[in-house]
Amino acid sequence: MAPILSVRDLRKTYDGGFEALKGVTLEIEQGEILALLGPNGAGKTTLISTICGLTVPTSGTVTVGGFDIARDYRKTRSLIGLVPQDIALEPFETVYRTVSFSRGLFGKPRNDAFVGEVLKKLSLWDKKDSQIKELSGGMKRRVLIAKALSHEPRVLFLDEPTAGVDVALRKDMWDVVDGLRADGVTIILTTHYIEEAEAIADRVGVINGGRILLVEDKDALMVQMGKKQLDVILTDPVDALPESLARPGLELSADGTRLVYSYDTKAERTGITRLLQDVAEAGLVLRDVQTRESSLEDIFVGLVEEHSAGEAS
Amino acid sequence: MNRTAVAAIYKFEMTRFFRTWKQSFLSPVISTSLYFVVFGAAIGSRIEQVEGVSYGAFIVPGLIMLSVIVQSVMNGSFGIHFPKFVGTVFEILSAPVNYVEIVLGYVGAAATKSLLIGLVILATSALFVDISIQHPLAMIAFLLLTCISFSLLGFIVGIWAKNFEQLQIVPMMVITPLIFLGGSFYSISMLPPFWQTVTLFNPVVYLVSGFRWAFFGTADVPVGLSLCAIALFTGVCLWVVAWIFRTGWRIRD
Repeated sequence: MAPILSVRDLRKTYDGGFEALKGVTLEIEQGEILALLGPNGAGKTTLISTICGLTVPTSGTVTVGGFDIARDYRKTRSLIGLVPQDIALEPFETVYRTVSFSRGLFGKPRNDAFVGEVLKKLSLWDKKDSQIKELSGGMKRRVLIAKALSHEPRVLFLDEPTAGVDVALRKDMWDVVDGLRADGVTIILTTHYIEEAEAIADRVGVINGGRILLVEDKDALMVQMGKKQLDVILTDPVDALPESLARPGLELSADGTRLVYSYDTKAERTGITRLLQDVAEAGLVLRDVQTRESSLEDIFVGLVEEHSAGEAS
Repeated sequence: MNRTAVAAIYKFEMTRFFRTWKQSFLSPVISTSLYFVVFGAAIGSRIEQVEGVSYGAFIVPGLIMLSVIVQSVMNGSFGIHFPKFVGTVFEILSAPVNYVEIVLGYVGAAATKSLLIGLVILATSALFVDISIQHPLAMIAFLLLTCISFSLLGFIVGIWAKNFEQLQIVPMMVITPLIFLGGSFYSISMLPPFWQTVTLFNPVVYLVSGFRWAFFGTADVPVGLSLCAIALFTGVCLWVVAWIFRTGWRIRD
């Protein structure tokens, strides 16, 4: 199936000479949730703004649903819903009016039933006649989502939906995204919370310095890139690592109670059996054994550091 | 043409206007009444007639122009500046609309508002003085063109302004003086010859003169020239708006 969104060698240089996007290529399939992960200033918002028509690209092409964003902007923009990073709403309007306005603005005929359904899904129905300024921060974010969904888009961009949002509200937002996924909406969300990508995304893209460093299936990424750690906890602490145990990846903790062995899950031989045999032969008594898997965060930090080091050299 | 979108913007803006109908309508009614008390009764009692018209009636076209022009600039600028200020402009720029549709929605609403205000002032004036309109069609045409062209100017101001102070500068510091010096409350034939010449560089003179001609059949400058002047001004505003959207000046990166 053709991808719903296709970005080819997209570049953006701002008037001041800042190169925000340095040749981004990306494809997104219908119905998937892609998390774009990157530090501040990585180019996440510029990428989204360009796809949505808020920023004019310097070069490169973008198609949405097979239509070019410049030539067929009416078609592509009708397919897209955008939830911006900052809460931007007219304070004196009511929830219902502002959501209906968005629908009309995107050229869709009035449909009270549909708007009502969106509001109900986002738990905003009770507040439909409230003025925006009376709503809590979380409610306002929901209104932004309702506005973005009001014209029945097929692709939804969520630009840092949970930036500066408390933990309870973040979970709440993830539930909303989950509900949208169930409806078959394609979602591209940017975030700098790794936890968020881990919790809700199907695929993860890492962007830094205006370049996509990788796009991978989330689970595959964790397995492929994942390192595991084996912690061997000793009953009696030792002063130094016995010579017979010395090998790459093995370290003794500072207090001498723990042997920490890092190994690659992809490797043919992890060296665990050998290690445990040698530990027994060295006469050390084990109290416990634990393994830990590296999180997306470790992978992400590793990638960004690697990239930054590459740029610097 | 995305008619639904134009209608959505237009309706949204008009609802804002009617939500604050007290400020929208009462303030022009009150200020018009004040002008009649001050200019019409106090000063007008010492001036008998200007060009064969009682002074109270003579100032009506100028009074309408004063409000309509200031309101057009203010409505036109606020309509687009407020979304820029609160950030909702992103939605308009990412919507499947072209700039002609955006301008039709915003400027159309701003012009409608000032047209309504102009008519309210005309009705209020009728309570104070006898008004006869010799060329009603020309009167409506001048009024409409003024509403549209100055709402366009307001739209440009709204995009240009970086904050609310700047938004106020143009109507307060540029438009109002031009109107007061543009023969709203006097005939420029009452000025010394030197100032008559200077006044001819004030574009508002042509508007007020043409509008007054539609009422009383007398004018400071030929009515054809008035029409040309307002057409030229509308053209310049349209060109600037087109340039803004083509370059994305102050709206798009």
